[in-house]
Amino acid sequence: MSQKILFKNIDEPGLATLDVYRARGGYGDRLRKALSMPKDALVEELKASGLRGRGGAGFSMGTKASFLPKGQMDKYLVCNADESEPGTFKDRELMQKCPHMLIEGMIIAAYAAGANKAFIYIRGEYQQQAEILERAIEEAKAAGLLGDRLMGTDTSLTLWVHRGAGAYICGEETGLLDSLEGKRGNPRLKPPFPANQGLYQGPTLINNVETLATLPHIIEMGASEYAKIGVQNSTGTKLISISGHVMRPGNYEIELGMSSRDIIYGLAGGPGDGRSVKMWFPGGSSSPVLTGDDLDLPYDFDSMAKAGTMLGSGAIIIVDDQTSVVDVALKTAQFYRHESCGKCTPCREGTNWTVKMLERIKSGEATPMDLDLMASVCENIIGHCLCVLGDAMAMPIGSMVKKFRTEFEEYIEMARARAERELMAGLSSAPAAQPHHPVAA
Amino acid sequence: MARNRPVRSSATGHLTGEGLQPVPRYAHGSRVPGWDDAVDLTKDPAGVPDPAVVAVPADLRAQIEDFMSRYPDARSAAIPALRAAQEKYGWCSPDAIEQVACVMRLTPGYLAAVAGFYDQLETRPVGHRPVYVCTNISCSLRGADALLASLQDELHDDETVNLRGFECLGACDIAPMVSVEGVYVGPVESPEEIAELARQIRAGEDPLPEKQLLRRPCQDPGAVS
Repeated sequence: MSQKILFKNIDEPGLATLDVYRARGGYGDRLRKALSMPKDALVEELKASGLRGRGGAGFSMGTKASFLPKGQMDKYLVCNADESEPGTFKDRELMQKCPHMLIEGMIIAAYAAGANKAFIYIRGEYQQQAEILERAIEEAKAAGLLGDRLMGTDTSLTLWVHRGAGAYICGEETGLLDSLEGKRGNPRLKPPFPANQGLYQGPTLINNVETLATLPHIIEMGASEYAKIGVQNSTGTKLISISGHVMRPGNYEIELGMSSRDIIYGLAGGPGDGRSVKMWFPGGSSSPVLTGDDLDLPYDFDSMAKAGTMLGSGAIIIVDDQTSVVDVALKTAQFYRHESCGKCTPCREGTNWTVKMLERIKSGEATPMDLDLMASVCENIIGHCLCVLGDAMAMPIGSMVKKFRTEFEEYIEMARARAERELMAGLSSAPAAQPHHPVAA
Repeated sequence: MARNRPVRSSATGHLTGEGLQPVPRYAHGSRVPGWDDAVDLTKDPAGVPDPAVVAVPADLRAQIEDFMSRYPDARSAAIPALRAAQEKYGWCSPDAIEQVACVMRLTPGYLAAVAGFYDQLETRPVGHRPVYVCTNISCSLRGADALLASLQDELHDDETVNLRGFECLGACDIAPMVSVEGVYVGPVESPEEIAELARQIRAGEDPLPEKQLLRRPCQDPGAVS
């Protein structure tokens, strides 16, 4: 059993209240220790922990914090709680059950970055979680943990909860900033990066909920102790969300580097009923898929990258052998078509045409050549847009076509044969009826 | 090659032809949905509404002004303000948008663009009680499409309910799941459960209390010591 850091006694009754959280060491010595460290030393400590962002990109948290310019301007800290990546639901459990852990982490991050205004951008659908967070912030304010000169130090921090209104793209950091400024959530051109010009044009540090919630524990354990957990370049524990065809879907905290088979079969119970794993998304629906042959890969950032995919947000979706890959591909593509903000042409058009081509496959109008066309559309999206939403569709769809090409081809044949049969049956039973579409002579 | 070539009818300018389905069109002649009235290009675009002309209910005004005071830049209050207007009027109607624009000193066009971007802000008249069924990958692998269809059968005549399939709601552990006015419930699988849930939604009762997400313990066996 691996060590529990974030999920230790997560179901303790009343953990969402300040009293119980304090009794467990929250807002105590570790926070005082962090706030008494020089800012540079704190950033160095975060770098030394090796903590990588838990939202999807996996960038070093300490390095990101060090990018913010020094000086006396308004700086902002934004917590990205717009958890919309299909398959991901770890931040929800953290915010709902232990909101103060996030607030404490945000105090530490804001101090390290020199920010005095902070926002939690939570997705609009998480209504109950937003209410829990707001209650926790009120409690923390009343106890002098937020506001001017918090805990008797020179540091001040104002914290707001901002609810989104349902847009996947607002999980992209610059789209999130535009949305927080009261605009449509369209991504911005980078550079300038948010560290220089982010929210209200000021320097902004943006981190995921899980990343921020880990900070108090890093301070408590010390960076060197934390770095001993996990494997090289993937330190610490990670919350993973397992869903799809498994017996025990849910959130689990694992040490990075654990075998994928132990996660999928050991923790989540596998697909069950004598079924086997056909395909799995290792890091949310945006990650290129892996097959049942890849189950022995260690689950960490570098091993996943070596296998041509990514750890992403740590959301594992399992698809069993009784499901058609075409159905999964269509669902995936439909989601990205709906969520594309429309700003960049390759993404707006590419997601739309990929859906249309997959629908042709389903209705029996496609030929195997359409698979090459689809692969080419996907290739032309990647790297050609302001943000990675289009890439996030192109990568999994491209990998499905590559790894399951035979199945796609068989499906195309089968669907064509079925469509032809239906057409002939319709012609012979009702000779007067005209088909809706002109038939090739 | 020449068979069934579409021809352009001179009366409507729309494509017609033997063997072709007529294209469904909206009242303004477009194939894409939009406001049913065509834009009048001879008019100037609407400016910031005049507070002397637009009546804003006092409670809505107070709510919006409170949101505006909370942010370093008042414009950040656009989404909370539109949400408040939607809660009051059931949807972001042109009148509702004009009232928000009047308080926030923005143009209605700006706010309509914002409202049109977000899935939870409704720019068409719908039921005021949102019921979302997640139909994304994980939920659809576990039968979400059938769940949505059954709920649609049960609730299609209730005009107060805005039932729709939704993007991933972030609760794949309780798939297939439903968000009833922000309360997550799941897994909703058996026909009896679906019928009971539909009855509770209709009656405005607490949906499937024992299946609500907030009562679900963490699945990690090591989380309990």
